[in-house]
Amino acid sequence: MTGTLSISERQVGLALAVALTLLGLVMAAAARQGPMAVHGAIAAALGLALVFRLGGALYDPEVPAGRRQRFYDAPTRFGIALTVIWAIIGMGVGVWVAALLYWPEATPPWPWTSFGRLRPVHTTGVIFGFGGNALIATSFHVLQRTARARLADSISPWAVLIGFNLFCIWAVTGYLMGSTQSKEYAEAEWYADLWLVVVWVTYFVLYMRTLARRAEPHIYVANWYYLAFILVVAMLHIVNNLALPVSLAGARSFPIWAGVQDAMVQWWYGHNAVAFFLTAGFLGMLYYFLPVRSGRPIWSYRLSIVSFWGIVFFYIWVGSHHLHYTALPYWVQTLGMTFSVMLLIPSWASAGNAIATLNGAWHKVRDDATLRFMFVAAVFYGLSTFEGSFLAIRPVNSLSHYTDWTVGHVHSGTLGWVAMIIFGAIYTLAPQLSGRETMAWPRAVEWHFWLAVTGALIYVVALWNAGITQGLMWRSYDDNGALSYSFLQSVMAMAPYYLMRTIGGALFLSGAILCALNTRATMRRATGAVRAWDRPLVPGPAE
Amino acid sequence: MTDATDPGRRHSAGHHGGDRPVDPVTGHETTGHDWGGITELNTAFPRIVIWALVLAFSYSVIAWILLPAWPLGHDYTRGLLGLDQSEEAVREYREMERARADWLAPFASAEFAALASDAPLMARAMPAAARLFADNCAACHQAKGTGGPGFPNLVDADWLWGGDPEEIAETLRVGVNSTHPDTRVSQMLAFGRDGILPAGDIELLVDHVLALSRGEDAADGPGAELFAENCAACHGEGGVGGLGIGAPALNDGDWLYGGSPGQIRTTLRQGRQGVMPSWEGRLSPSEINLLALYVERLGKGNRNEARE
Ligand code: HEC
Ligand code: HEC
Ligand code: HEM
Ligand code: HEM
Repeated sequence: MTGTLSISERQVGLALAVALTLLGLVMAAAARQGPMAVHGAIAAALGLALVFRLGGALYDPEVPAGRRQRFYDAPTRFGIALTVIWAIIGMGVGVWVAALLYWPEATPPWPWTSFGRLRPVHTTGVIFGFGGNALIATSFHVLQRTARARLADSISPWAVLIGFNLFCIWAVTGYLMGSTQSKEYAEAEWYADLWLVVVWVTYFVLYMRTLARRAEPHIYVANWYYLAFILVVAMLHIVNNLALPVSLAGARSFPIWAGVQDAMVQWWYGHNAVAFFLTAGFLGMLYYFLPVRSGRPIWSYRLSIVSFWGIVFFYIWVGSHHLHYTALPYWVQTLGMTFSVMLLIPSWASAGNAIATLNGAWHKVRDDATLRFMFVAAVFYGLSTFEGSFLAIRPVNSLSHYTDWTVGHVHSGTLGWVAMIIFGAIYTLAPQLSGRETMAWPRAVEWHFWLAVTGALIYVVALWNAGITQGLMWRSYDDNGALSYSFLQSVMAMAPYYLMRTIGGALFLSGAILCALNTRATMRRATGAVRAWDRPLVPGPAE
Repeated sequence: MTDATDPGRRHSAGHHGGDRPVDPVTGHETTGHDWGGITELNTAFPRIVIWALVLAFSYSVIAWILLPAWPLGHDYTRGLLGLDQSEEAVREYREMERARADWLAPFASAEFAALASDAPLMARAMPAAARLFADNCAACHQAKGTGGPGFPNLVDADWLWGGDPEEIAETLRVGVNSTHPDTRVSQMLAFGRDGILPAGDIELLVDHVLALSRGEDAADGPGAELFAENCAACHGEGGVGGLGIGAPALNDGDWLYGGSPGQIRTTLRQGRQGVMPSWEGRLSPSEINLLALYVERLGKGNRNEARE
């Protein structure tokens, strides 16, 4: 990091690190105990580590001239390293909680090891840690390559990555200590939420400033998606997390929303987190890495435009399909249902556009596991959006809701689509950023592919069965009008599926570990070579 | 492997007449934009997507016409079907209740003997009772009613509050140490913690209780007098129990809280107040009576019939 910063940038960085240390100390001192104090201490420790790192390198030689003539890839490399680390943490905890559902008696006696605290560690770890870092890292790369401009400055990419990861660490350690807002995917407490707003605004400003310097007048579609992701996530995050802290010196708050309004705001957030975090950003990734890897032009420019606006427009309406048959008024549910069905069209148009792009490159799909990751991602994207639109139909939802079918749908989207496209992107990026032709262990990519596909299929198929079995058991009545099964029987019927899910998850996790090791080996053997064409047309700002 | 990111390879597309490169695979023109090597084809908008959009939109319009859909300030469009989800829910509950009424209604009367002797009725009702038990009771009393530490075994013939259906139904209705105003109250005093008896006496009583449970004649042992003075009022002379106040018999080998010297010592020192929730209001009177008969059968060991 320090080697790529000029002396004056190192000074600014040092000042920011000192500020972070002070902020941490103030938090710790004000709270004195509990999660906020621990989080203050974590921030202070991180700040201090950065102070030493930057302070120690303050008077190292100035960066070599000519830096402006190259893309700024160090933050992307750092982000990819964080991505694979969070993959192992998040999926490791996922496999562990999956195992706990099969062997609940294996829960250790300490409160922080309970299922309820570990489950959000999994969801936050994978969505924000793994997915978020992948999105930020690739967005820096894609933005620079498609704008053909160097990032607008060198400090804010680091501030975004480090700040975002501090948020993730605060969130997961908070859950372990029992601190939560009790809003799914938005569990982190108020000060972490405020911190994320600051980080996100920095990210947005950096993105816009760089985009403004682009050499190509048209903005490539990947950037629209990344921008939609950044903008809408900011809006969702702020509205859903509006809360009044009980005290400025403690990690407890109450949302300003109440009752069914709170539920609606939460699922408006929740579903658009799916839409703009787990979908829009990753479509950006797909739209860049798929044509790059396959060497094919995007099949239809018009289709990409219509899909983009269709997805952005329809998604915003559909949150209420999470609240079918609840206190939410019927009319809101009808709107959520119908817009979810219309949403299928732009979703499939995107998946179709991606798959048609591979026309003329099918031999590469066969031979290149990296491209195959992207192909499978597009297929799973089509599958999970079809499934989603189907589940959103009210009578279907009366069968699927509260069952493991939802969890199966989630993981067909996250394992099959999100994780696969990330792996495809990593395997494309890691060699390029290391100045190498291939990954350090090309065979391991093939292994990873099969582990991931097998694991995801086992997981998803097991949970489809589980969910439909549960749903049917809960609604069957015997001749006398009495329930045919007790709830307990439906829980016991889950055992084989939960075991299969654990096995599928373990396969998927092993693939991810292989990816992490392979990426590390590849980056360690970096040659530092940069291809002649891989340079900005618009150099960095004058120094 | 070739360098997949090298844009040079992608410029093989030849130029046809016009000024935009044509993709040789599809024969389509590109849009002319180039982002570091990425290009896009100017493929015509696929018809099928338009049809699909029309179809999905028609589905939505039909749904909007039939169902409650669009807000209108303080009201909303009601939809031609005039559906209301709470009315629907209530209607369906009523339907299900009606389907059960013919066999469940007789249980509203507490004529347990008559009910129990009506074999066809019991054959219809007992499977439902088994599910009610699994859904409401098994969490504490275990799936087969065998209980565990702190939660009484309902299968043995050993009762704290009595094993007649009437008594069981009353236990279910009001609960034990529950929030119901008529709750049964069960208090094993904290003889140690509250300083009622010195530690030495408690040790003697532990030995005495152990002797009772082994069926030994401990009538003139050192703890006998202490027991008669402090314990017999609730546990009965010689610990035989059965006084109907929730105090268990101590002269059998069955334990609610455990029969090791350490567990008995804890019982005597800390006291015990088991809580059984009250079910009035959560289960209908008929369901409570049904469960009472079910539990009584478990207790009688009539398991074959009671199971299903
Ligand atoms: C929250 C745990 C809990 C649940 C749920 C529960 N019970 Fe109990 N039950 C208890 C406890 C504890 C006792 C013992 C109370 C005492 O110490 O006297 C008890 C006592 C009883 C008794 C009296 C036993 C005796 O020996 O006299 C009966 C009968 C009984 N339960 C039946 C039921 C039935 C039927 C249900 C379901 C409708 C049920 N219980 C649900 C905890 C529970
Ligand atoms: C006020 C009435 C009362 C008195 C006096 C009383 N007990 Fe109890 N005892 C109970 C009740 C009620 C229970 C059951 C508590 C429960 O179900 O939670 C009980 C439970 C016990 C148990 C636990 C039995 C098991 O199966 O685990 C033991 C042992 C016991 N008493 C011993 C004694 C001894 C010894 C004394 C005299 C020092 C004594 N009790 C005095 C009411 C009494
Ligand atoms: C190693 C692979 C994985 C395993 C074994 C796994 C396992 C689990 C388990 C056991 C749950 C809890 C289900 C429940 O409460 O019943 C869960 C929930 C969840 N997981 Fe995963 N997971 C894995 C990977 C991922 C990935 C990569 C993502 C996202 C990118 C993800 C996102 C989620 C989400 C969003 C939920 C919440 C679902 C809901 O509330 O309906 N998981 N996962
Ligand atoms: C057209 C697109 C989609 C639609 C219409 C859709 C619809 C739905 C529906 C109806 C539910 C179930 C709600 C319930 O019964 O509680 C759901 C849950 C979920 N979906 Fe989708 N889905 C779509 C795509 C996706 C994709 C691509 C992903 C992931 C990448 C995803 C992730 C999730 C998650 C995480 C949940 C669980 C939320 C929770 O309860 O915690 N969805 N979706």
